[in-house]
Amino acid sequence: MSDVVISIENLSKTYQLGTIGTGTFYGDVKRWWARTRGLPDPYRKVGEKDHRNRIGETLWALNDINFSVNRGEAIGVIGRNGAGKSTLLKILSRVTAPTSGVIKAKGRIASLLEVGTGFHSELTGRENIFLNGAIMGMNRSEVRRKFDEIVDFSGVEKFIDTPVKRYSSGMYVRLAFAVAAHLEPEILVVDEVLAVGDADFQKKCLGKMGEVASGGRTVLFVSHNMQAIVALCNRVLWLNQGTVMMTGKTAEVSEKYVSFGSEDLAEVRWDYEQAPGTEAVKLKSLRITDEQGLTDNNFNLSDPVKIEMNFWVIKPGMRLNPSFQIFNQLGVIVFATTNFHDPEWNERVYEPGLYRTICTIPGHMLNEGKHTVSALVIRNKNDAHVREEAVSFTVHDDGVSRSGYTGGWIGVVRPLLSWTVDRIDSSPE
Amino acid sequence: MELKSTNEEWTLILRPQRSWLDLRLGELWQYRDLILLFVWRDFVAYYKQTILGPLWYLIQPILTTVVFTVIFGNIAQLSTDGLPPFLFYLAGNTVWGYFAACVQNTANTFTGNASIFGKVYFPRLTIPISVVLSNMISFAIRFVVFLVFWGYYLIIGADIHPNWWILSLPLLVILMAGIGLGVGIIVSSLTTKYRDLQQLVGFGVQLVMYATPVIYPISSIQRNWQWLLLINPMTPVIELFRYSFLGVSSLDPAYILYSLAFTVVILVVGVLVFNHVESTFMDTV
Repeated sequence: MSDVVISIENLSKTYQLGTIGTGTFYGDVKRWWARTRGLPDPYRKVGEKDHRNRIGETLWALNDINFSVNRGEAIGVIGRNGAGKSTLLKILSRVTAPTSGVIKAKGRIASLLEVGTGFHSELTGRENIFLNGAIMGMNRSEVRRKFDEIVDFSGVEKFIDTPVKRYSSGMYVRLAFAVAAHLEPEILVVDEVLAVGDADFQKKCLGKMGEVASGGRTVLFVSHNMQAIVALCNRVLWLNQGTVMMTGKTAEVSEKYVSFGSEDLAEVRWDYEQAPGTEAVKLKSLRITDEQGLTDNNFNLSDPVKIEMNFWVIKPGMRLNPSFQIFNQLGVIVFATTNFHDPEWNERVYEPGLYRTICTIPGHMLNEGKHTVSALVIRNKNDAHVREEAVSFTVHDDGVSRSGYTGGWIGVVRPLLSWTVDRIDSSPE
Repeated sequence: MELKSTNEEWTLILRPQRSWLDLRLGELWQYRDLILLFVWRDFVAYYKQTILGPLWYLIQPILTTVVFTVIFGNIAQLSTDGLPPFLFYLAGNTVWGYFAACVQNTANTFTGNASIFGKVYFPRLTIPISVVLSNMISFAIRFVVFLVFWGYYLIIGADIHPNWWILSLPLLVILMAGIGLGVGIIVSSLTTKYRDLQQLVGFGVQLVMYATPVIYPISSIQRNWQWLLLINPMTPVIELFRYSFLGVSSLDPAYILYSLAFTVVILVVGVLVFNHVESTFMDTV
C-alpha cells in the first residue's frame, strides 16, 4: 500500500466577485424571498447573467484539483499570481473550506502562512513563545520541552524577557520562525516566509526545512522563488488559473515553468484610459530596443539593450525618478536601476506632460536567458507610482566570451572583467 | 489504493460544508492550553504600561455606581426597595457589568480576529470562551469590591438580610457568562455579513440595561407591565443576586429556572451558528 499522507480529490473553490450580499439585511431578505418564490433577483444588475446560470460573478480560484503527496516528500507549489496557490494553502491550513471536493490527510498539518501570527507586542519573548506555540497547536509541555532549542535557534536569548515591541524587525521574525520551526507536525505547509530576514537567517530557515523533510516528515512549500524550490523540493505541483498545469520532478517542471508563456513581448502600448498607473502618473508605452532604437527582444551577450518608457505626468509638482527592475527567468531580481545620479533630471519637478526615458544596459552584463522588465516611476524617492511586468527579452550566447567552452555558465550576471596573470616564479614549489 | 484505504486511517478530512452538528468539541478540549493562554494574555496585556494597573478594575465600577447613586438615587429619587442606594446600584452594576462585557467583547470575535484567523487554524470558539473567562477575573475583583461595601453596611447595621440563596452565586455567574457568551457569538457570527450589528451591540447593551432592573427594583414597575422585564433573562439573575445578598426582592426565585432554560437554548443556538459560520467566514468577512 502506498504511503499517501495528503490526498486532494476534485477540489474546487469559488469566490463570489463584487460585493457580498446586497449590503443590507433587508435587501438580503428580499432577495431570499424572491428566490424562494422563483422570481428573479430584485438586486441583479441589468445585463448581468443570473445566478442560476452559474456564470457572471463567480471566480474559480481552484477548479477540480487532484493531487496526492507521499510521506517524506518535499513538494513545491508554483504558479503565477492568481494561479490558486494561496487558496490551496488556505484550504490546507483550514482557514477556509473548499466549495467542493475533499482533502484527506494523515497526521497533524501545521501551516506557516505568516510568521509571528498572534504575537502580542506587549508580551515578552518568553511569553510569546508559549502563546504562539499554543496557537500553532502545541501544548504547554511540548513548548517547555523545546523552549531552550527555540531560544537558541532564534538567537535572541539576551532579550527573551523584553516585550517584543522593543525588538528589531529582524529579531521579531527570527523568534517567530524559531517557534514555527520547532513544531513537529507530520505535515508542514509553508508560504513564502523565507522572503524575510537577512541572508544568513534565510539559509538557516531553508536548512531547517530541509531537515524537516529529510526527517521523514512532509513539506509543502509555496514560493515564487524557483531557486528555493529547486534547492528544497523533489516534486513540484504547478498551478495555473486554478487548475493543475503539470506535476512531476522538480527539474522537469521548473524547466517547463520558466519557459511557459514566454513569447517575449518587445513592446506594449496603452490607451490613456486603460493605462496602468494612478491619477498622478500613467504608463504610455514600454519598449525594448537595440542600439539603433529598433524594437527587438533577442540579443547577444555582447549587445547593449535599451529599455524605453513613455509616461504621462498628470499631477503637477512631483519630483519623479523613472526606474526599471530586471528579473531573470528564475524570478531573481538581477538589478534595479534609476537615475538618481542624473544631474539634469534628478530632483527636478516634472510638470504635466508626456515624457520619454531610455536606459541602456551595456553588452556583457546579463547572463543568457529570458529577462523581464518591471517599470516604475518613483515619487519623492519613496513610493512607486507605476509598476508593470510587461516586456521581456532574451539574451543569447553568441560564443564571444566562451572561447570554445561549451558547458553551462552559472551566475545571475555574466560580466567581462579585467584579468591579469603573471608568472612570478619559474620553479613549481 | 483507493479501495484499500479506509476512511479510518485519515486523521483529517476537509469537506465543503460541515454538518450543523459536527461541533468538534473534542478539539476544543485539546486546545484548552490555548484558552488559558488567551485568558492570561488578555489579563496581562490589559494593564501593561498603565500606571494604576489592576486598580482600573476597581475604579470603573465604583465611579459608575457613584454616578448612578447621585443621578438616579439623589436627583431622580428612584426607589431602591428601601435598600441603601449605593449598595443597591453596586449590586446591579457588578452583575450587569460582567454580562455587558461578555456580550461586547465576544461580539467582535470574527471581525476583530480576522487577521489571525486568516493565517492559522485553531478552534475559533477558544476566543469567545477565553474572553468570557478573562472577564470573569475582572468580575471576581469587582465582586470583592462589592463584598467589602456589603460587609461595611452589614457592620453598621443597615437594613439588609443576606440569606442561603447566596449559595446560588456560582449558578448566577454561569448564567451571566452563558447568556453573554450565547448572545455574543450569535452577534459575532452575524457581523461577518452585517457590520451594522457591531454598531448596534454597544448601545444595544446599554439600552437593554434600562429594560433590566439594574437601576430600579422590579417592584417599582406596575404589575401589568412587569412581564416586559420578565422576558429579559437577566432580570431574574439580577433580582436573585440582590435577594440573596440584600434580602429584598419582589420576584420569586423560581424565575431563575427561566433564565437557566434561556441560557441553555441560547448557548446551543450560538454554538451551532458560530460553528456554521466558522468554516467559511474568511471569504465574506
